[in-house]
Amino acid sequence: MPKTEYDAIVVGSGISGGWAAKELTEKGLRVLLLERGRNVEHIKDYVNATKGPWEYPHRGGRTKSMEELYPVLKRDYPLNEKNLSFWASDKDSPYTEVKRFDWYRGYQVGGRSLTWGRQSYRWSAFDFEANLRDGIATDWPIRYADLAPWYDHVERHAGISGSHEKLPQLPDGQFQPAMPLNCGEELVAGRLGKLFDGRRHIIPGRVANLTRQLPDRLDCQYRNACWLGCPYGAYFSTQSSTLPAAVKTGRLTLRPLSIVSEVLYDRARKRATGVRVLDAVTEQTIDYHAPVIFLCASTLNSTWLLMRSATDVWPDGLGSSSGELGHNLMDHHFRAGAEGKLEGLDDKYYYGRRPNGFYVPRYRNLFGDKREYLRGFGYQGGAGRDGWSRAVAELGVGAQFKDAMSQPGGWDIGATAFAEMLPNHANQVSLDQTKKDKWGLPVLKIDCATGENERLMRRDMINDMAEMLDQCGVKNVEPFDYGSFPGMGIHEMGTARMGRDPKTSVLNAHNQVWDAPNVFVTDGSCMASSACQNPSLTYMAITARAADFAVNELKRNNL
Amino acid sequence: MPSNEVMTERELITRREAVFRVTALLGGVALVGGSALLTACGEQRQANPEGPFTAEDIAFLDEVADTILPATSTPGAKAAQTGAFMAMMVNDGYDARDREIFRKGMRTIDDATQKAHNVSFMKATPQQRLAVLEVIDREQKSYSDARREEQRKKSLAWLSDQRQESAPGANAGAATAVTEKPSAHYFRMMKELALLGYFTSEIGYTQAQRYEESPGRYDPCVPYKPGEKSWAPHA
Repeated sequence: MPKTEYDAIVVGSGISGGWAAKELTEKGLRVLLLERGRNVEHIKDYVNATKGPWEYPHRGGRTKSMEELYPVLKRDYPLNEKNLSFWASDKDSPYTEVKRFDWYRGYQVGGRSLTWGRQSYRWSAFDFEANLRDGIATDWPIRYADLAPWYDHVERHAGISGSHEKLPQLPDGQFQPAMPLNCGEELVAGRLGKLFDGRRHIIPGRVANLTRQLPDRLDCQYRNACWLGCPYGAYFSTQSSTLPAAVKTGRLTLRPLSIVSEVLYDRARKRATGVRVLDAVTEQTIDYHAPVIFLCASTLNSTWLLMRSATDVWPDGLGSSSGELGHNLMDHHFRAGAEGKLEGLDDKYYYGRRPNGFYVPRYRNLFGDKREYLRGFGYQGGAGRDGWSRAVAELGVGAQFKDAMSQPGGWDIGATAFAEMLPNHANQVSLDQTKKDKWGLPVLKIDCATGENERLMRRDMINDMAEMLDQCGVKNVEPFDYGSFPGMGIHEMGTARMGRDPKTSVLNAHNQVWDAPNVFVTDGSCMASSACQNPSLTYMAITARAADFAVNELKRNNL
Repeated sequence: MPSNEVMTERELITRREAVFRVTALLGGVALVGGSALLTACGEQRQANPEGPFTAEDIAFLDEVADTILPATSTPGAKAAQTGAFMAMMVNDGYDARDREIFRKGMRTIDDATQKAHNVSFMKATPQQRLAVLEVIDREQKSYSDARREEQRKKSLAWLSDQRQESAPGANAGAATAVTEKPSAHYFRMMKELALLGYFTSEIGYTQAQRYEESPGRYDPCVPYKPGEKSWAPHA
């Protein structure tokens, strides 16, 4: 291979791409980091971070004109007045839905690491063995032990706060001190611990917010305004954590507004040679070359890019030889659980706005429990006192009413499950040649739905939380199911799964595309199952592991 | 376009707020704005047949809001310019049907004041205004409760289906994707917007409630004495 200006190209600057850039540059590689969206500079570009909440004309809410501009975003909470600039334009980047699929995208430097929910849980040995044990889809080519040291590595740098619980289904990690449960949560956690044979636990959420300072990063100031960007750098994002580390090496080049239209492939050498960039502003194309390519463009975007690449060799794109590229799309289904009122704590309150809640680790289909469905779910929830918004539903006008509503109301507690979705070949994406985006690229067509296993599981998600709250003495327990469509969880996974066999998987155990070993895909598209834990921490660990492997292979001239 | 609207009932939204209190995920305001801010897919924005809100309309809304939330030991809704906020939210966020209900509601309040006290709402005394709005609030409350109960029944029926062993094979979801709902009561809209406008104003944050821009710590359990104000949220 001829000498190139860069040793590696990383496509995408979100959680996975930021980690790839950090690890590769720190190991001595000159890295070109490509991002399709605009640059967002740490702190300087968090334009609303210190605004008073009253300074937004609609106080953060949405308008009809916003809804017209964002027909997808409007389907759930992302459409809002406060951080709209961190969400991609639905108009510029359309896609085709065979069935409803909510695709919430963040096209800027940092990607969705700026707006993510920050819940950070390790997957367990059970999760990496699940496909093999159940005879579902294909076996993961790695086990928990392969990833454990990399979880350690990324947790230390990212800064994850959490409690040590010694639960095999939710391994402990390198934690900063946990953000404590409040008195309502503590009360219910204590009661729950004595029920259900001690198998169900309410623990503090494990969250990528610092409770101790790290170099150049302050600890959380409890503003709970994370998704505006944090002026203290107190939560993990590309900007607060991985990008500065990569920049510090002096070996990073960041190029925003660079849409990668295809991976360049040399059929003689069976290697990728670089990428073709479409400048988002000038619409000119520029080719960049490097011996190592990391695709970290997000689950659907990395697959979309592979589908547009090497089509002269494989009509369905690079990595399609197994017939699995684009297939086995997953998300977590959620928005089902229960809530109720807590009594006896009217003389208790809390101070500070904790950007976190509690977690109930999975207990279904583990340790001898056997349900009529496979896999399981965890819960995320919280307790707190009602604010003024309870006044909308209450009778009253006038002075007394106003003063009463200026004081906190009763306590309530609730939780929604986050549940595993099985990989299914029929849940797939493909190119829609009839529709083009703003830059003339054929858009993705998404055909994905939950199935019978998820439906059966959903009953337990609703009933179990209602039962737990009820048995813990919570009053007026109300089950709920607000409905969940694939994509809504913003945990989209799969479509380029890792595996043991090039005939049934797109990537090998080190995230190399079987058909082009110098192309690594380390974002959510590599996942072979979805578990029920929030996946971002696992993307970080997988990316760091693959980067280490790539550098070693490069040194051995194997790429 | 696929069916894409989970028409979340506004009462359910406040419960969802409770459940998701844990995260900064939900920008608090959209929740309370409620169903009027979520419309069916594809609906076109229509010109307001009644024209824009006039200065008189805004003065009227100021007085409605100030009757709901008058000055006490803290300033009232008028001081927080709640009338202008309400007019803007109706213009920018409501669909045509709800805008019309809201505008008609303004006339209904005036008519009710005339009938009860022989004076326009604007010329009425604060006591007269309060008396009129108390009656309307009770009417609103029973209308809204009945409407909510109907929605709740639908939702629970769906849930009980979902919770049983032999439930039909529905897609995961759509518990609240209910059919066309009866419209909200005009005074519910006004009350909601007045509360939202007031409590999310600078006065509402810093005087009606306690607000600390950067608390700096989290105390998970502190004593609370009756009468102490809420700590204001911030997302």
